[in-house]
Amino acid sequence: MSLFYFVAFLSIFFSLMVIITKNPVHSVLYLVITFFTFTVHYVLLNAQFLAVVNFIVYMGAIMVLFLFVLMLLNLNKETEPMKSVLIKVIGAVAGMCLLVTVAGSIRAMEVSDPLILKNPDIGLVSSLGKVLFNEFLLPFEISSLLLLTAMVGAVLLAKKEQKSI
Amino acid sequence: MEPLSNRKKVLEQKPMNFWERMYLPAVLKGMGVTIKHFFRKKATVSYPEVARPYSKNYRGLHSLKRDEEGRERCTACGLCALSCPAEAITMISAERKKGEEHLYREEKYAAVYEINMLRCIFCGLCEEACPKEAIYLDGPHVPADYLRKDFIYGKDKLVEERFDLHSLR
Amino acid sequence: MEAIFIIEKLVLIVVVFVLTLVIAMYSTLAERKVAGFMQDRKGPDRAGPFGILQPLADGGKFFFKEEIIPAGAHKGLFIAGPTIAIITACISSAVIPWGQSLQIGGRTVELQVADVNVGVLYIFGVIALGVYGIMLGGWASNNKFSLMGAIRAASQSISYEVAMGLSIIALLMVTQTLSLKEIVAQQEGFVNWNIWVQPLGFIIFMTCAFAECNRVPFDLPECETELVGGYHTEYSSMKLGLYMFSEYINMFVSSAVMSTLYFGGYNFPFMYDLGLSQNWITVIGVLVFFLKIFAFIFFFMWIRWTLPRFRYDQLMNLGWKILIPLAIANIVLTGVITLIKDTYW
Repeated sequence: MSLFYFVAFLSIFFSLMVIITKNPVHSVLYLVITFFTFTVHYVLLNAQFLAVVNFIVYMGAIMVLFLFVLMLLNLNKETEPMKSVLIKVIGAVAGMCLLVTVAGSIRAMEVSDPLILKNPDIGLVSSLGKVLFNEFLLPFEISSLLLLTAMVGAVLLAKKEQKSI
Repeated sequence: MEPLSNRKKVLEQKPMNFWERMYLPAVLKGMGVTIKHFFRKKATVSYPEVARPYSKNYRGLHSLKRDEEGRERCTACGLCALSCPAEAITMISAERKKGEEHLYREEKYAAVYEINMLRCIFCGLCEEACPKEAIYLDGPHVPADYLRKDFIYGKDKLVEERFDLHSLR
Repeated sequence: MEAIFIIEKLVLIVVVFVLTLVIAMYSTLAERKVAGFMQDRKGPDRAGPFGILQPLADGGKFFFKEEIIPAGAHKGLFIAGPTIAIITACISSAVIPWGQSLQIGGRTVELQVADVNVGVLYIFGVIALGVYGIMLGGWASNNKFSLMGAIRAASQSISYEVAMGLSIIALLMVTQTLSLKEIVAQQEGFVNWNIWVQPLGFIIFMTCAFAECNRVPFDLPECETELVGGYHTEYSSMKLGLYMFSEYINMFVSSAVMSTLYFGGYNFPFMYDLGLSQNWITVIGVLVFFLKIFAFIFFFMWIRWTLPRFRYDQLMNLGWKILIPLAIANIVLTGVITLIKDTYW
C-alpha cells in the first residue's frame, strides 16, 4: 500500500510539473514520466497488458509525436502571445467549472465491486480478450470504426487537391 | 543530327515490372555480389611486413654515389642546386686536404649537402644535371616524421654505404 | 530458498549483461572486418592477432577524447540522450529466454531473467522508448542537423513500429501466447519453427527491425551524406561511444528476438533424439541460440555493406504503403488459414 501512495504521489507531482514548467519540451517530458507512473499503477493492479499497452501507445508513440511537433515549433518566450487579464479570468472560470464537474462525478461514482477486485487475473491478456470479444464486442468494434473514420478523415485532409488545368 | 559514331545507346525508361518493384530479388542479387567478394582474395598488402616492389623508373630518395674505390663522386659544382626547380638543395663546398684522397674523388667536395625533402618534388632534374653521376633518385619513398627539421636530409642520410669490393671474393 | 533464487537471478543478469556488452563490443570489430572483407580488404588487423584488441583500443580512445558540450545546448537533456539510449538498449534483453532449464544440485535454474506473460509487448515498449534517447540528444544539441536527425528518427520509428506490431499480431495468432518462453517452447525441433508458418511476417518484421535499429539502409537519422552526423553531430567522446554502443546492443537484441520468435530460439533439430541429458540439451541449446544470433548479426552487416541508403520519401512509402498493407494482408491470411484448419482438421 505504501508503494501505491509513493507512486501516486509521483504521478501527481509530475503532472503538476507538466503544468508548472515554462519550457514546452520539459512539459512533454514530465508528461512522459507521468505516463510511466501510470504504467507502474497498472502493474501494481496486476493489469500487465494494460500497463504495456499504455507504455507502448502513450509513451512510445503519442508522446513521441507530441515531442516531434514541439521540436518543429520555435517556442521562445518572445513569440508567446501576451496574455490579457480577460483571458486569465476566462481560464480561471473554466478551471473552476472543470473542478466542479470532476468533484460531482467523483461523488456520483460507485465503490468498485470487491468481488471483481478479488480476481487477480482480471488484467491479464486472455481474460481481457475474452471480455472484449464477448461482452463488449459491439462497443469495441464501434470504437475501432471511430478510429478508422478519424484516420480516413486525416488522410483526406492531408491529401493534395487536384488542380484543375 | 547524324551521330558521328555508333556508340550512342538509347536507354529505354520502362516502368518496373512486378519482380523489380518487389525489390527483394534485387536485394538478394546484391547480397550475392557482396558475399562473392567476401571470399575473394584480398588486395591488401600488409605494408611494413610486406612491401610492394617499386617500379624501375621510380624516383624516390636521393643517394650520393661513391665510385669504384669508395670515394664520394660529388664535386660540389652546384649544378644540381641550380637546376632544382623547388630550390631544395643547398651545399657548402670545401677543398680536399692532403691525405683525404681516399675519401673524395675530386679536389673539391661538398662539406655540407642538404636536401629539404618537404620542398623536393622528385622531378629528377638534379640527376640529369649532375656531370659526375653523383646523385641518383633510386631510394624508397620518404618516410613520415614529426618535425620539419627532420625532413632536411644531410650527408649522413644521403651518401650511400661504402661498398667493399673485396667482400665479394 | 528465496535468497538462492535472488542470487541465481543476479548471476544470470550479470552474465547476460556482460555478454551483451562484450558482443556489442566485438560487433564493432566484426562490422569493420565484414566491411573490409566485402570490399576486398582485410579490415583492422594491427591491434593484437587479427585485430581482436581493436575494440579495447577504440574504447580507450573514446574515453580519452575531449568531452564537448556545446554552448547553446541544453545540458541536462544533452547528457540524458545517450544515457536513455544505452539503458533502453540494455534492458530489452531481460525477457529473452536464453535456454531451457539447468539442473544444478536438485534445483531447476531457468535461463531467463524474467518470464513476463506479455514478453513480446515488453520488448516493443522498450524499443519504443529507445527513440527518446535519439530525439532528446538531437534536440538538446541545439543544432539544425541534429534536430533533423532527431525528427527523422521519431517519424521513422513510429512508422515502422506500426508495421512491426501488425506483423507480430499474425505471429501471435499462431502461437496464441505473448510469453516468449512459451513461444520458444512451442517451436521444438526444426519443423515447428515459426518461420515456416509466417515467412511473410518474418520479412516484414526483419525490415522493421532494421529500421528500428537505425541500420543501413534505414539509417536516415544519422545519414552522414546529408546531415553531417545526424542526431549525434554535436556529440564527442564516450557520449558518442554510448550512442554507437546502443546501436550495436540493439542489433544484438533484435537478432535475439528474431531468432526467438521465428527461428526456434534455443531449439535445434533432433534435440530429443540424440539421447542427451537435460543439462547437455540446455547447454547445446544456448550455443545454438547464440549461433543463430551471430548469423543474424552477420546478416545485418551483410545488408549494410550491400544496400545503399533509402531516400526519405522512399522510406515512408515502404513503411506506410507497402509494409503495413502487407502486414494486414498477412493477418487476414493467417486468420483464414487458422479458421480453416480448426474447422476441418
